[in-house]
Amino acid sequence: MPQYAFHIDTSACSGCKACQAACRDKNNVGFDVKWRRVYEIEGGNWEQKDGVFTSLPFSYFISLSCNNCGNPVCVKACPTTAMHIGRNGITVIDSKLCIGCKYCEWACPYSAPQYDPTRKSMTKCDLCEDYVITGKKPACVDACPVRALDFGTYSEMSEKYGTENELHPLPDPVSYDPGMIIKPHRDAARAKNENAVVADKKEI
Amino acid sequence: MNAVTEKTRGNSFSRRLFVKLSALTGALLLRKGKKSDDTASVLSGYLASGEEKIIRTGCPAHNCGGRCLLKVHVRDGIITRIETDDRPGDDVSDPRLRACIRGRSYRARQYHPDRLKYPLKRTGKRGEGKFERISWDEAYDIMHREISRVIRQYGNSALFIPYGTGSYTNLNGRWPAVRLLNLLGGSLGYYNSYSWACTNIATPYVYGTLNTGNQRQDWLNSRYIILWGWNPAEMIDGTNSAWFIKKAREKGAKTVCIDPRMSMSAVALADEWIPIRPGTDAAMMSAMAWVIISEKLTDDDFIRRCCSGYDSTQMPKGCENEESYKDYILGTRDGIPKTPQWAEKITAVPAATITRIAREYATLKPAVLYQGYGMQRRAYGEQVVRAGAALSAITGNIGIPGGWASGLASQAGGEPFWTTFPMGDNPVKARIPVFLWTEAIIRGKEMGAAEGVRGADRLDNNIKLIWSVASNILVNQHSNINRTIKIIGDEKLVEFIAVQDNFLTPSAKYADLVLPACTQFETWGVEDGWKYGEEVFLTPQIVDPPYETKSDYRICADLAKRFGVWDEFTAGGKDEKAWAEWIINEYYRKTRFPEMPKFKELLESNAGVYVRPVSEPVVALAAFRKDPGKHPLSTPTGKIELFSKPLFDMKQPGEIPAVPKYITEWESPFGSEAEKYPLQAIGHHYMPRVHSTHDNNEMTMNAFPQKVYINETDAGKRNIRNGDMVRVWNDRGALVAKCKVTSKILPGVIDIPQGAWYNPGEDGTDFGGNINILTTERWTPLAKGNPQHTIMVQVEKYRKG
Repeated sequence: MPQYAFHIDTSACSGCKACQAACRDKNNVGFDVKWRRVYEIEGGNWEQKDGVFTSLPFSYFISLSCNNCGNPVCVKACPTTAMHIGRNGITVIDSKLCIGCKYCEWACPYSAPQYDPTRKSMTKCDLCEDYVITGKKPACVDACPVRALDFGTYSEMSEKYGTENELHPLPDPVSYDPGMIIKPHRDAARAKNENAVVADKKEI
Repeated sequence: MNAVTEKTRGNSFSRRLFVKLSALTGALLLRKGKKSDDTASVLSGYLASGEEKIIRTGCPAHNCGGRCLLKVHVRDGIITRIETDDRPGDDVSDPRLRACIRGRSYRARQYHPDRLKYPLKRTGKRGEGKFERISWDEAYDIMHREISRVIRQYGNSALFIPYGTGSYTNLNGRWPAVRLLNLLGGSLGYYNSYSWACTNIATPYVYGTLNTGNQRQDWLNSRYIILWGWNPAEMIDGTNSAWFIKKAREKGAKTVCIDPRMSMSAVALADEWIPIRPGTDAAMMSAMAWVIISEKLTDDDFIRRCCSGYDSTQMPKGCENEESYKDYILGTRDGIPKTPQWAEKITAVPAATITRIAREYATLKPAVLYQGYGMQRRAYGEQVVRAGAALSAITGNIGIPGGWASGLASQAGGEPFWTTFPMGDNPVKARIPVFLWTEAIIRGKEMGAAEGVRGADRLDNNIKLIWSVASNILVNQHSNINRTIKIIGDEKLVEFIAVQDNFLTPSAKYADLVLPACTQFETWGVEDGWKYGEEVFLTPQIVDPPYETKSDYRICADLAKRFGVWDEFTAGGKDEKAWAEWIINEYYRKTRFPEMPKFKELLESNAGVYVRPVSEPVVALAAFRKDPGKHPLSTPTGKIELFSKPLFDMKQPGEIPAVPKYITEWESPFGSEAEKYPLQAIGHHYMPRVHSTHDNNEMTMNAFPQKVYINETDAGKRNIRNGDMVRVWNDRGALVAKCKVTSKILPGVIDIPQGAWYNPGEDGTDFGGNINILTTERWTPLAKGNPQHTIMVQVEKYRKG
């Protein structure tokens, strides 16, 4: 089974959250969970000299859902096998088996699995499996007004976009093998050097 | 009777379902901070039984800046999912019209438990928000009685239907109400808008036309694009504008965003962000002109052939000795050369940066200088429009592929119509500038040419009756709320107010009568592009109007019956669908789109939209550039007027100069007012709302809560921390809202995204975060437009009591 992957063009993402809205609408998820999250990265300082500003801040956005990792630590962390790689190669949750222990949430470095207090179960992005098996792309991808998201098998995506999967402040991908290819924003290197932070973390 | 209405009345099922859905979506979407029920599974479980239909339609049209295609899933008469354009292809000539967060979140608005359901009559004091349910019969009786009385007592010019874009298709919104009143003898008219009053008036003084924009595909021919105060990623400004900029960058164009805020566009569409002090754009533009002129980077041939008033050699007759554009820039007369060093102190942009941008713009040709509209909703908004156009002119970036003339930039080669519904002629000829309606309430009879009245020397009435359709102007969106509510709260001034809308908005709370309108998913309509584009959307009725709601057209048609003009109003019995058919067959097919499919064909195809692909984008002013003698502009000289004699003749050089100038604003960091109110406040167009529409949509507002954005240095001085509640105030009023401390805004500037619903506490402090509690009713000198971004304020950490 091929691994699926998202391409995330952070050089073009404006943080408009059309992807998140499309996800909510399609998957009927309430506000306790965000299957697709849009992180705002902010850094840099203002330096004033003689009334003008010489140094400037910077910012970019990262739109992230489940990266369908090749090495899914969520699956390993799950004590009941609820979290498993399904028959389409997509990591999914069997809600009948899920006891809501949140081990997967703690394990995942991307915050993909999230506990839904209403369903009393862990939930997460399933890559719109029902769409994907019919050849459609996930709702979020087909929502992007600037076409900054794409989706396909990892080999399709890497052929089109390369294999870059590192971006500050995302975790080192080596241990997870995420299905995620990134086009870095122009300020990505600066963000790393200056240790830029996620703005309004609590709201994500 | 109309089929739509018949069907609704016969359908109690729809109503039952709506109750259930409202409860469900309410639980899901509206209870902030509480655990939500699992509406989703309940909803999908409940709905799974029905057969699914997918209908392609235009996104409900507000004044959002875009027009997009939706694929609406319907089961059992309920909208269950909203997808967007998935037509094959998606190339530059005919890109997918993908909806933003507002369109994708529409179910939460559609099934909002607070939807108006019945006609309401005021019971408390005006503005108190107390109402009782009445029947449509009684509502129509009241409307008929009040309109008849005011016409009898004062005359038709005492009636007024305000500006409003809460429903903005070719058929829905205020248009049917205007048509009805026109049949009854008319009502006081207005001109201009709250969006772009200054550029709408100033652009023709330069170009003799508003159609100074190329079709947007032409941006891909540009080498350099300045997004000046322009934020298409958030404000949209034509569906796909942001994507076209992205494509232009992929082709190698360099992009620069000049804005007080690091906007979404500055982050995602620009190679560089240059923060600038609000209200000083014309100073930077003038300094760029100084560099371009001093370094001989001007396009002299273009200036000689196509411009007037550039220098002393081309001054219009009778003005030979007046100050030319070049005189102003070089400081020949006023002794102030508009150098980058001069501008640096005003704009807070380093002189070296101004110089560099000027050189880049003048040499990396063809280049686009795109002006956003925010910077012209300011004290002297007219100047910035003309100053930008002057830069395009002196560099010769006009009338060529990849260039851009600046100014309002309506699309050349045919632009969208916005509305085509025939409103008929208004027998009342007097029109006021749209922003001056409160003046027309308190002293209409004193208003004449000095206040911009057109069509009559003076008004013969004060406004006595307001019928507000799909508009939140009455309270929320007009300047200086504390003043406005005093005026409209006085029953001796405006004697009757009717508000027709989907929700009990802050404006509707001031109504004497509230009429519940349905949404655009619940009636027929036609839409075309927002400013740009080559599309026509058919928006069929997808679900039934819930409860006793009716379409704007139906309400007016029912009223027309009371007035005995039903036949004329309905043009022999047309319902909403018949008008949609008329608009497509008799209007679009006979004007812009003769080749488009007929109504029936378009409807049956379920395409939702007709698009004419653009493979060779039209370039504005190309014929003029080629041969200005043969294709003169309709300015007095037939040329691009850097010096305007009509403006010179107004003899108000301090505020309406003949050449574009930077003028210090009446409230600014440079005046004594800054001692008390040291911060500039601006109110940008916010992603989760369309003006005030969607402010109660929890799905959009959860993603982008209302906040006051403040720079970390300004916050630090005030011991304000991220997430604190802050109080913002000036002499006109005060608001309280959560703040976001950020580095993404220029120090000295705060941003209060406009459109939040006014929610006053006992002492009048607004807890909704509405910027208009702080804005001024003073109008701009030439356009008589709204200066709602010119505000000085103070901020402190909010302490209860």
